Amino acid sequence: MEDVKGSDGLGDTELRLGLPGTSTATRSAKRALPEGDEESHDELRRTSATKAQVVGWPPIRSYRKNSFPARKVEAEAEAAAGLYVKVSMDGAPFLRKIDLSVYKGYKELREGLDNMFKCFSFGELSRREGGSGSEYAITYEDKDGDLMLVGDVPWEMFISSCKRLRIMKGSEARGLESRH
Amino acid sequence: MVRGFGGAAAFPDEVWELVFSFLAADADRNAVALVCRGWHRIERRSRRRVFVGNCYAVAPAAAVRRFPEVRAAAIKGKPHFADFNLVPTDWGGGAEAWVEAMAGGWPHLEELRLKRMVVSDDCLELIARSFKNFGVLSLVSCDGFSTAGLAAIAANCRNLRELDLHENEVEDNCLNWISHFPESFTSLVSLNIACLEGDMNTSVLECLISRCPNLKTLRLNHAMPLEKLVSLLQRAPQLVDLGTSKFSADHHPELLSKVESTFAGFKHLKSLSGIWEAGPAYLPAIYSVCESLTSLNLYYATIQSPELLKLVSECKNLQRLWVMDLIEDNGLIAVASSCKLLQELRVFPSDPYGVAPPISLTEHGLVAISAGCLMLHSVLYFCRQMTNAALLTIANNRPNLTCFRLCIIDPHTPDYISQEPLDAGFSAIVESCKDLRRLSLSGLLTDRVFKSIGASANRLEMLSVAFAGDSDVGLHYILSGCKNLRKLEIRDCPFGDKALLDNTSKLETMRSLWMSSCSVTLGACRQLAQKMPRLNVEVIDERRGRPLESWPDDFPIEKLYIYRTVAGPRSDTPPCVWTV
Repeated sequence: MEDVKGSDGLGDTELRLGLPGTSTATRSAKRALPEGDEESHDELRRTSATKAQVVGWPPIRSYRKNSFPARKVEAEAEAAAGLYVKVSMDGAPFLRKIDLSVYKGYKELREGLDNMFKCFSFGELSRREGGSGSEYAITYEDKDGDLMLVGDVPWEMFISSCKRLRIMKGSEARGLESRH
Repeated sequence: MVRGFGGAAAFPDEVWELVFSFLAADADRNAVALVCRGWHRIERRSRRRVFVGNCYAVAPAAAVRRFPEVRAAAIKGKPHFADFNLVPTDWGGGAEAWVEAMAGGWPHLEELRLKRMVVSDDCLELIARSFKNFGVLSLVSCDGFSTAGLAAIAANCRNLRELDLHENEVEDNCLNWISHFPESFTSLVSLNIACLEGDMNTSVLECLISRCPNLKTLRLNHAMPLEKLVSLLQRAPQLVDLGTSKFSADHHPELLSKVESTFAGFKHLKSLSGIWEAGPAYLPAIYSVCESLTSLNLYYATIQSPELLKLVSECKNLQRLWVMDLIEDNGLIAVASSCKLLQELRVFPSDPYGVAPPISLTEHGLVAISAGCLMLHSVLYFCRQMTNAALLTIANNRPNLTCFRLCIIDPHTPDYISQEPLDAGFSAIVESCKDLRRLSLSGLLTDRVFKSIGASANRLEMLSVAFAGDSDVGLHYILSGCKNLRKLEIRDCPFGDKALLDNTSKLETMRSLWMSSCSVTLGACRQLAQKMPRLNVEVIDERRGRPLESWPDDFPIEKLYIYRTVAGPRSDTPPCVWTV
């Protein structure tokens, strides 16, 4: 049977006579190839693309398909894409976005934010830096939607639960801090 | 000897009923019913369990009329390939006709098990209202109902012991259906709601569990957060079969120790499943129950190999293991040396469609298992490569296999070392495993393998074939051999008219035959249907709207479903199905 699938893997969408599901990529040239291995690898890659279109194969319950656990590879790919969160600062006309995954800890985060917002006259960053009447406090919104003060939890836990950052004016922030 | 039978007539019916009650197998009871009219009458009045493998094989009214004292019924609907979207969704398998007949004729029905049927909420309500002593409802791979229907069951079935919902498509429109169980309801022994999508009200569920002291099986859905799961489980330390919900949460030492102590409290746990999205933080909490487990289902657990290996190695008494291919060959080698009592293994693919770098799960894992697990008799294995040598080794190691389902993910894959077809390997399996009852083939296969199967697979009851064979001869070998074949399902094989028409009487000895994307023509179907009036020959074609009568004989059939029946052609065929 001639190799209908073609080099662009669009064999399944070609108009032709014949039963659907037959003579598609699945009837591949996977039988013993006397030629070199390279060619069979090319076949493999091309046929793999079209294979995904064969209905009901591999025979896995469609019910299960929907709940397929993500593979580690995919999870790592997501991590590589970065953890971007919005940063708003009270009084600033527009927001910024930062990638939390590039920072190693709170100190670097504060330095990064300072760099980003210094044109808005940030001032002293936090009480931990020794600043007495700091004008601003860095807060964040977590997974449950609550407003939290940055710095309380371990860094790992913070970046996994932080959804957005908010740099608050000192007068409001003092209310949060004074509880400690 | 004639006197012996004359004497038998002197025994009252009750004596024969008692004698027949020791016959567990339906086949034996059927044989008894053929002996004489007296036995036929006694047997039918005393039969308590009925199994209908194909809901269209007999009319519901006929079944109810023949066996008036049935207490437990099990009915199956759609063909197996419906699981893989090969059967149109409107094909049939509706439960109404059966439920209505049963409601009228079997008021004392206690158990109902439906598989691959379309069950409406109206059906569930009818069930809830019609059977005063209803105790067991099991719905497997069904669809058509919602949680509102479940609410009716909960509210009305006062003596419900088992509610088993396994892999159904359920619409979630009644969030608090669990609260419909009345306060006085305490009879629950088994609850499986793993397939439900929605959140459960945990406190209502806790209340229910607390007041059901006989609860042995509890399988929850994934929605419940781990903290809530733990407080729920603390109410049921007597559980024997547990399906957890999500098994991950932010790391919290308090929660971890709660999970650990909860699991340590399970003194009777034998079966564990669920463990959705298991994170490495909480997985070790399970170790305390591992040694007592006989059944472990890690299908939903996204655990990678090192943790997986460690977990499974602790389960020394495991008889059944369902796992993802993330376990890899190394993991299976560890299983082979740790789980000496293993009887059933299923390995599922974590990445069935991807072209990502393949997992290191090959034929070596299965060979190791076949060598190390002497009691292994049932295998389902998805992998990407296989050799004849490996299959030969497996066949020699495990002649006690009863179920062998191998799925090599890419169709037409040959022996990757010799580039030969896998005929020799599968032939070895059927020749060595004399008790093989179920077989699924895959990989590159010629007609030769079918010759072996037809000749050697004498106990084979179910055969699944895909992308295999060269010609009609392959199908002919199967249909002219395989003495005990009940179900045959074939897709994408070059099998056609001749084999079917040469073996028409075989088809009446089988429950059903499914063929899709093969080479059967309409003419052959017409001939077959004419020759065999007790077969329903259903042609399924979703492509055109023109009626069957206008098509020519050489028209190629897309999908074909043939089954024996005493009920004649069914009246509920949808537009895409024609009974020839």
